[in-house]
Amino acid sequence: MTSVAEAGLAACPECDELHIRRVLHPGERARCARCGTTLYRRPRRRPDQMLAIVTAALIAFVLANTFPILVLRAQGIVNEATLLGSVAALWSAGQEPVAAMVFVTAWLFPVFDLLAMFLLLLAIQTGSRPALFAPLLRTLQAMRPWGMIEVLMLGVLVSLIKLSKMADVLPGVALYAFIALTVLLAVILSYDLRALWQPDQQRTAEA
Amino acid sequence: MNALAAGLRMCLSCRTVCQADAAGRESVRCPRCGAAVHPRKADSLARTWAYLIAAAIMYIPANLLPVMRTSSLFGTSEDTIISGVAYFWASGSPGLAILIFTVSVVIPMAKMGALACLATWARRPSGMDAHALGRLHSGVELVGRWSMLDVFVVALMAGMVQFKSLATVEAGPGAAAFGAVVVLSMLAANSFDPRLLWDNHGRPDDAR
Repeated sequence: MTSVAEAGLAACPECDELHIRRVLHPGERARCARCGTTLYRRPRRRPDQMLAIVTAALIAFVLANTFPILVLRAQGIVNEATLLGSVAALWSAGQEPVAAMVFVTAWLFPVFDLLAMFLLLLAIQTGSRPALFAPLLRTLQAMRPWGMIEVLMLGVLVSLIKLSKMADVLPGVALYAFIALTVLLAVILSYDLRALWQPDQQRTAEA
Repeated sequence: MNALAAGLRMCLSCRTVCQADAAGRESVRCPRCGAAVHPRKADSLARTWAYLIAAAIMYIPANLLPVMRTSSLFGTSEDTIISGVAYFWASGSPGLAILIFTVSVVIPMAKMGALACLATWARRPSGMDAHALGRLHSGVELVGRWSMLDVFVVALMAGMVQFKSLATVEAGPGAAAFGAVVVLSMLAANSFDPRLLWDNHGRPDDAR
């Protein structure tokens, strides 16, 4: 542990150029002078606002998973499908790798993302920094690229069109919940997690 | 001046700039977040190539094997990725055909090709502009995930169309192979360290 943080410096993740850190206004971003990559940004939304959005997203997630996404009707037989139901059907049909991939990218990682965000923002809100803060934030950053709710959303729409040629398809409650979840997640994912590492005064000052 | 030349290391997790280890060890522990900090991503090019070759190998069964098997009263049909695109095109949804063709064929191939070029150019000077190469890398990281679309579509169809004797849809072995291509190429893009491009192509006075 001989390293010391050079708190006033920022290095570009793309080209490694060193810069002197400046305090930004909310919504501003600092770009690399050499290659133009975003170095760091000051989120427009405060942590308490993010907490509300994450809570809403968690509710949408629960709705999206308890109600059917699509209701299919063909020759008098009605089929209701949920995301986890589809995963279970794949698994029992002997397609374990596909089932596992869908489960992890469309369910496990997104739910972990939301719960971890909730806990981290709650910790910031209460002004405490539990021992798990750093490992949790680090894991969240590493997992984030693997959560693919927005791709799943597009997949739902494509299968809706595909299925409408085979059977009567009615959109389920979960479809609307998924649309809401996709919009909320777009806001959540645009919040730069690295801002959570910053000391409090740089994150919330002049809010 | 770059961080490496100044004897500094940037933590990729929290972006803290740390001092290099006084004892001369390669990696240090980030004082803020506790992640291991390397001067450059460890074995970046070897890992990129390994994942990339694995992805290229999986790309063959992903395109040859059926991704979806549809059984109905009128018989059984198997669809590969390409025949699925052709079906959409023929059945009057050219927009969807183009969308699926883009995410399932164009993006994976362009991504693998781009990564192979980047991994080659990172090692030796090529006269290419580092700005262009850097943009290519960020583009590759951005679009890769959308290739998962076809896997999700097959999974949802297989999960929903279960009408016993009337019609069933099953996922084929191609779906698993295609999912593996997406995962492996995302790992390849993740292992590549763009700073290597600037180490070899950047001019010291490079300003935008």
